[in-house]
Amino acid sequence: MAATDDLAVRASSDALLKASAPPKKRNMAQFIRWVLLFAGGIVMVMPLAYMISTSMKWPWEVYNLGLIPEEPTLENYTHVLEDGRFFGWFINSLVIATITTLSALFFDSLVGYTLCKFKFRGRYIVFIAILSTLMIPTEMLVIPWYMMSQSFGWLDSYWGIMFPGLMTAFGVFLMKQFFETVPDDFLEAARIDGLNEFQIWWQVAMPMVRPALAALAIFIFLGNWTAFLWPLIVTTSPDLYTLPVGLSSFGDEADVAWELIMTGAAISTLPTLVFFLIFQRFIIRGVVMAGLKG
Amino acid sequence: MTNLILRDLVKRYGDTEVLHSINLTVDEGEFVVLVGPSGCGKSTTLRMIAGLEEITEGTIEIGGRVVNNLEPKERNIAMVFQNYAIYPHMSVRRNIGFGLKTAKLTKDEKNARIDEVAGILGMTDLLERKPAQLSGGQRQRVAIGRAMVRDPAVFLFDEPLSNLDAQLRTQMRLEIKKLHTRVGRMMIFVTHDQVEAMTLADRIVIMKDGYIQQIGTPAEVYHAPANTFVAQFIGAPAMNLMEAQGTGHGVKLWNGAEISVPGLSIPAGRSVTFGIRPEDLKSDATGVLSGTVTVAEPLGSETLVYVDVDGHEINATAPGRTPPKAGDKISLSLSGEDAHLFDTASGQSLRLS
Repeated sequence: MAATDDLAVRASSDALLKASAPPKKRNMAQFIRWVLLFAGGIVMVMPLAYMISTSMKWPWEVYNLGLIPEEPTLENYTHVLEDGRFFGWFINSLVIATITTLSALFFDSLVGYTLCKFKFRGRYIVFIAILSTLMIPTEMLVIPWYMMSQSFGWLDSYWGIMFPGLMTAFGVFLMKQFFETVPDDFLEAARIDGLNEFQIWWQVAMPMVRPALAALAIFIFLGNWTAFLWPLIVTTSPDLYTLPVGLSSFGDEADVAWELIMTGAAISTLPTLVFFLIFQRFIIRGVVMAGLKG
Repeated sequence: MTNLILRDLVKRYGDTEVLHSINLTVDEGEFVVLVGPSGCGKSTTLRMIAGLEEITEGTIEIGGRVVNNLEPKERNIAMVFQNYAIYPHMSVRRNIGFGLKTAKLTKDEKNARIDEVAGILGMTDLLERKPAQLSGGQRQRVAIGRAMVRDPAVFLFDEPLSNLDAQLRTQMRLEIKKLHTRVGRMMIFVTHDQVEAMTLADRIVIMKDGYIQQIGTPAEVYHAPANTFVAQFIGAPAMNLMEAQGTGHGVKLWNGAEISVPGLSIPAGRSVTFGIRPEDLKSDATGVLSGTVTVAEPLGSETLVYVDVDGHEINATAPGRTPPKAGDKISLSLSGEDAHLFDTASGQSLRLS
């Protein structure tokens, strides 16, 4: 009796499955999907896992590639946090990433708005020119940046580290696309209400693209937080190092202190994690919207 | 006395002229509706009055002052947009108060004005809500409130009811009309819906292809349309137009029926267009237009009947509870007094010229 019931249940569930695809094929597709996701997950998570793992190893164990430390220790954390330099670098990174983010948000959205909402001669050419700079890799820009910094006396200064990132072509592009979704009626209503063009942008248009601003803020903050090449080139005094540059200087020429570098890296991911958690709902919406409207 | 005068108003985009020498005077307190099919230039005209479009030629005067070079905020106007344009990130109170931002009033005075407007619009309970929590009709009311709070000399409405469903549209139409009676300000209202135009307007301005076709009261444009375009555009169902020829004292229709038209002498043999409104056709066994009902559309109070008369489709309305059905034979009679006659070539009314 039980067996027939079982059969009946299976038959009905099979009938349901048949509606979409044969069960074997479906299971196979599901399996492949899981494998791919798992592989992707491994690729993403492994470096992080090694970072955490290495930060908890003693120096003699660093080159042993096991994921679980034989004698786990928090000694490295104490060491890094007690090292006065680390705190200075942390502050440098925080100040630079924050200022650059605020500046880029302001200028990118201002330029994006202008290119989107004002009809003027040469508008398209300006937009294409800004966009084309996206195709030049940072590595190529480093030389002109350096020469510029040299002639203006910006070498080895906060300003020198920050100036290339104060406005970004990507941000201009992103914001322009988002402002396209703000209907002109809102701006015209504000114009009739007596606002000047700057107020219209700031009080009416900007609040309407908040998700895009949040997404852009995260992109830019993370980009500057992890920037390595340019800060390395433009700074010479250790006081001005940003976190990635400072961390890489741990150890001497003969021996790189990987356990300390990984410890510093682990600590330095915390602010980005906090930043992300705060803006998460915006970034997800922002990315979705960028996908749809961009 | 604030009146609005458009003098020889022209709008060109590059070489394309979209508005040709528009002349219009609107008196203080008057409700004028600009109506026409899309692309007729009605919205462009309104936007030029608002100061959102540049004026290519001609002048706009508001209250005796040429405003061509004034910013929108300096023109003493307020505008309500089709998609409301109320700011989603602000509460109803801030939205309504937004128009007062640049006004030199104390905070208490501003709040008093906002409360007064909200009271008139029946929105006092909704002041702290965000637009997302409002229905379409309420949003439109906020948009109207934002215009009212500034107490402008001229209210401009750019198809404000188009986004509402049919029932709400009728309701808001009534509210706008009441509002006009209450505030007594000049209102200029753009729509493509001739029913809105007829019900709201003191005067209707009918436009087509950048030209004004006729300016008149709803009764005038309905009963004495200036040309065939107005005749067909105003009134639903549209006026029947048929080919005819003059007979001296009247006309002879394309099917040979002769109709005498009192008070109008049309030279024999002259080609004219004969127009008759559906409600002026009566079902009558001795009628001059005989044919077969192709479609009958019951509207409740009356039934709209499409009759095939020798290959011409004629619309008529049939009152009563036993209207004709599709396939019925029917004869329609008409009176020459109800007839509208137009020159076939120019389309202009012969009665008005």
